[in-house]
Amino acid sequence: MTAEMADAEGSKGAASSAVVTFPATRRRVRDGARFCGLFALRRPAGGAQLLSVVSADGALVVEEVPVAAGERRYSSLAHEIPASGWYERRIRDLFGIEPVGHPRPDPLVFPVPPGAYAPLGPAGEPEAAMSPDLTPLAPHVHGEGVFAIPYGPVRSGVFEAVEYLLETSGEDIPHLRTRIFYKHRGVESRFAGMSADDGVLLAERVEGVASVAHALAFSAAVEQLGEVAVPLQAELVRVVHAELERVANHLDTMVRHTEAAGQAVAYAVFSHHKERVQRLRARLCGSRFGRGVVVPGGIGQSLRLRPAEVLAAIAPLQRRIEEDVRRLMGTPSFVDRLRGTGVLSRDDARRFAVVGPVGRASGEAEDVRTSRPYGAYARLGHRVVAHRTGGDALARQLVRIDEIAGSFHLVRQAADMLGELGEPASWRATVPPVSGRAIGWAEAPQGEVLSVVEADGGRLAQVTQRTASFHNLAAYPAAFPKDIFTDVAFIEASFGLSIAGAAC
Amino acid sequence: MPWIPRGVRDGIVTSRYPRQPDGFGPFFFGHVHVAPALGDGPEALADAVRACPTGAITLDGDAVRLDRGRCVLCGRCVVLAPGTFRADPGFETAAFERRELVVPPGEGDDAEVAAARARLARRVRGLRRSVHVRHVDAGSDGSEEWEVAALTNPVYDVQRLGVFFTASPKHADVLLVTGAGSAGMERPLRETYDLMPEPKVVVAVGVDAASGGMVGERYAARGGVAQLVPVDVFVPGSPPSPFGILHGILAAVGILGSRPHDGAEDPAGRSRT
Repeated sequence: MTAEMADAEGSKGAASSAVVTFPATRRRVRDGARFCGLFALRRPAGGAQLLSVVSADGALVVEEVPVAAGERRYSSLAHEIPASGWYERRIRDLFGIEPVGHPRPDPLVFPVPPGAYAPLGPAGEPEAAMSPDLTPLAPHVHGEGVFAIPYGPVRSGVFEAVEYLLETSGEDIPHLRTRIFYKHRGVESRFAGMSADDGVLLAERVEGVASVAHALAFSAAVEQLGEVAVPLQAELVRVVHAELERVANHLDTMVRHTEAAGQAVAYAVFSHHKERVQRLRARLCGSRFGRGVVVPGGIGQSLRLRPAEVLAAIAPLQRRIEEDVRRLMGTPSFVDRLRGTGVLSRDDARRFAVVGPVGRASGEAEDVRTSRPYGAYARLGHRVVAHRTGGDALARQLVRIDEIAGSFHLVRQAADMLGELGEPASWRATVPPVSGRAIGWAEAPQGEVLSVVEADGGRLAQVTQRTASFHNLAAYPAAFPKDIFTDVAFIEASFGLSIAGAAC
Repeated sequence: MPWIPRGVRDGIVTSRYPRQPDGFGPFFFGHVHVAPALGDGPEALADAVRACPTGAITLDGDAVRLDRGRCVLCGRCVVLAPGTFRADPGFETAAFERRELVVPPGEGDDAEVAAARARLARRVRGLRRSVHVRHVDAGSDGSEEWEVAALTNPVYDVQRLGVFFTASPKHADVLLVTGAGSAGMERPLRETYDLMPEPKVVVAVGVDAASGGMVGERYAARGGVAQLVPVDVFVPGSPPSPFGILHGILAAVGILGSRPHDGAEDPAGRSRT
């Protein structure tokens, strides 16, 4: 990881010359680096440190810019790097640091009411109850007959709370905005002061459906700081849990697709497959979400089934899933609903630096299991990353189908190796009290998770769990313009994002 | 039509719960059992209290109590004080009063809980055959939605018990609320509740809904949903299993064979200690 200060390079946009900027980030993204995020770290006496992270040539590159207490603003990157737009709005909402020249500075994760302080800003009180400003957003689209439909936050069916603001003149969806603040819980503010062992429990709950991936990314950051070597067997057990989590999530998107298409039998069949996977996960660790397994330094509990039993359990599971996937993808009334629906063009995927299966369906092929291999992935033969260029809901579905096969393949390899290696002396290396800053990562079912951890003397000072859901949701409206209302359910399902993770 | 033969191929996969126990039960870490007789030294107990990430364990002299409304099932106490705490698979842990989640029950708690059950039973007398359920997410981590949605898969198939999910709060008898009570959902949740006709029952699903769980009380989280709507039944768990949620719904509206409103002992074996 390298850190460098702003070098002299002209800044663009409406920013005044006094405002700090990110020249190196702009240059690197122009040169093809992938933008990964913008983070704010609190500093004493009202100061802050802004961190921009890009991924280039298999490494994360960090650019740091200090923000002085009296000058809590910087020059927005969003014109040049659309992927940064949501990060800047988040930092403005939570830390009160202003992105000067942001093209659409609507509140995002928590609309701070007029006169109140940003909860994580210098005058903020993260533990005092606040109420978000519920003022409706001003329309973005103007014209004859154009009206706005607020859809949510309470919607029909069992869904997470989110509001889609559709601006339309009829049935098409020229413009969509996503309001995620309803679910904002202030998780980031909760990490401060925790031990790393408690922190991992909270990390699991940032995005509950990707608990294992979040625990992995967080633990990786802590392990970097503590210079801890995790026992190989523990890394293999982590792979088993992480890949079953991926299978469960990918099956969940199929369940939601079949539900949206009204395919009653297919819905029953795939929800049953998902249930089988969840039950297998519970048999392995007691939790249907793999919670309590990944801890800094290793794992908190070994597999409750022998490696041979794991292999015996997944073989029929995979066979049945693949049989039904073939049947489903041979059902024209289903496939027709996905084909051409919710196209995210390669250009848009690139501009928003989209990660995970959604990115891989639009030609953005990065998968951090292979591009920046962590844990045991470097030792396992991960298949060539599934990747397509169609960019529609069908392409996303096909990527996930390939990934399910890849995940089962990884579980088999991990179980085989565990069988050969036998029990380690210890499943968990001792982690010393850690200090400093590190960034950990993991490939969640939704895409790359980053964990920015700052610790001091074994206590967490600040932790940001950057979810793939937050990162990808910014690109969500780009997939809509050619579609109509009845496609919304398919596009939402095919993105497969967690609102809890986006809004945390 | 390849789907029709496919649909019948697996035979009946539906659980017989609550009439018969489900085979999956033993694999799931459902709750922490607190042994009434203390089997650990004071140091071990003090360690367990310190290690609990949500402050769910309290020690008053010799009396140790665990608040399941705070317990996130991390299992640390089970390791540190195995003579007192045990990881158990039972999922029938729904409670009619917030204080009923604190085990073992304190003096006078049983009477209070019985009274709360009786009050609820009187209110829901007309709902026993079939209920419509509306779910609202008030700041969950997303896992609770999976478990609520699982109730409609063929394994749980709640329609067989007369439980139906409904889109409109005006048709709903039961409000299932998940999440730590996010500030943004304060108003939408209240509006949904107000639109429901009487009699209505609120079931708080998960430890986040009971206490905020790991998130607790922050500027944007209200430490549970009880501050936002009157809760009738709490289902602990992080997240609770679909069986746990189902048990909570059935217990709330008196569909369970046990008919908790009669004040009789619950044959479903709800774990109280």
